Amino acid sequence: MSVLIDKFDVFASGFWLTLQICFLAAIGALILGSVVAVLRISPVPPLRALGTVYVNTFRNLPLTIVFFFAAFGLPALGTNADFLRIPGLDIVFSRLGTDLPYFRFALIALVLYTAAFVCEALRSGVNAVPAGQAEAARSLGLTFIQNLRHVVLPQSWTASIVPLGSVIIAMIKNSALIGFFGVIGDLSQTADQLTSAGGEPFIPVAIGISIGYLIMTVPLGAFLDRVERRQAVAR
Amino acid sequence: MRTKRAAVLAAVAALALGLTACGDDAGEETGSGGSDKSFAAGSTMERLNEAQAITIGTKFDQPGFGLKGLSGQPEGFDVEIAKIIAAELGVPEDKIEWVETPSKVREDKIADGSVDMIVATYTIKDERKERVSFAGPYYEAGQNIMVKKDDTSITGPESFQDGTKKICSATGSTPIEEIKKYLKDVPSQLVPFDTYDKCRDALQSGQVDAVTTDNVILLGYIADDEDAFKLAGENFTKEPYGIGVKKEDTEFRDFINDILEKAYADGSWQQAWDDTAGTFGAELGTPPTIDRY
Repeated sequence: MSVLIDKFDVFASGFWLTLQICFLAAIGALILGSVVAVLRISPVPPLRALGTVYVNTFRNLPLTIVFFFAAFGLPALGTNADFLRIPGLDIVFSRLGTDLPYFRFALIALVLYTAAFVCEALRSGVNAVPAGQAEAARSLGLTFIQNLRHVVLPQSWTASIVPLGSVIIAMIKNSALIGFFGVIGDLSQTADQLTSAGGEPFIPVAIGISIGYLIMTVPLGAFLDRVERRQAVAR
Repeated sequence: MRTKRAAVLAAVAALALGLTACGDDAGEETGSGGSDKSFAAGSTMERLNEAQAITIGTKFDQPGFGLKGLSGQPEGFDVEIAKIIAAELGVPEDKIEWVETPSKVREDKIADGSVDMIVATYTIKDERKERVSFAGPYYEAGQNIMVKKDDTSITGPESFQDGTKKICSATGSTPIEEIKKYLKDVPSQLVPFDTYDKCRDALQSGQVDAVTTDNVILLGYIADDEDAFKLAGENFTKEPYGIGVKKEDTEFRDFINDILEKAYADGSWQQAWDDTAGTFGAELGTPPTIDRY
């Protein structure tokens, strides 16, 4: 088990990179997922269809295929995803600003894939709000957006938060794939680096990696439990 | 009583002799090589010869060395070398059980006895000698760099020190760790993929400037498309491939070393290469000196 202490810096830098991409991808997926959810519950049929097509595409493709399209399809289309080199943000998240586009490609893949699940988690919350609420709001003359903002979403949030948390936890675990699509040095790749090339025994390294992921996911789960309990009291 | 016992003994002896004779005949008829070889009692060689079976670890995903294709049997230089050794042990080819041994598990598989030996692009290294013993080397590979045919700006690993060129290799491999020493800024210069095929695609589409790994693998890609790629300079590492056996099994190790030297002399080593990795256009060169440490 001494590898956990001797190679702590390797684990730590892997943890940091995984945390970076998960943080960015979570924000991206929550924004995009909300937009798609609004599309799917909007009163305009073409927008609803658009949302449905999006969800059915990305929810039903294997994640590795989405990664593959991002890493090899985008360059074929002639883009390096440079729109993600956001000034300011690339100081904290240095990988966003490098010439190498693979961090950005991986981020796009994770966001596109996770957004489909975020959309469905939000929509399940909306569906949990009794239909009478929205009808009552409409009868008061609220527009669609007002209806969502003041009546439906505040109530749906309660039902959405737990599935939403599960989606984000799944996304953190999914991020373990980025090391196979051109991003150097994430948490699960440090396992390969230490065992195959460094000759370290596999099991202690795997335990170290597992601890790294648990540090990210367990507090998130505990936080969700807390939110859920507080809301149960409020209700 | 006395005469009776003697008679019984004689009868038993005669029976035993007769049976042995039968066994010999049968052996000659079927042409089994098992019975005409003799090994020191208690040695690994004797055990394998008696069992008429051997379990060999190799790679299933290494073109030219050990690749399990549609035929269901692994093929390559490593596999041919292993077959030469098995033949010397008197074990027929169809009695070899092939086990996939990726880089991660090689030491463990030898240590727990689930394979008798490993021939799997297994670089002889001091830290590995602490857990296994190596026969060989039977081949000396080296790390090299592949670039686009018209690229003259990259001449070796030093070309990456200024921090502008980007290079690709396989996740968790020895070459990817080696090239890190030459890079100025790893996150902006190094791209890992799970397979070298993806690295080649990234080189083709211009996302990276070079691909690095063992020369033999690169030569395979160059042989596929000679107009597109070339090697940039000479090998910059030495990777002597050895045969892993159980630690401190010196008898078995010496036995394999003798076979290798014999194979160098009688041309079967060269033949094994020409049939496998040699088809990529790589030269085998002179046999590496056996390291009887």
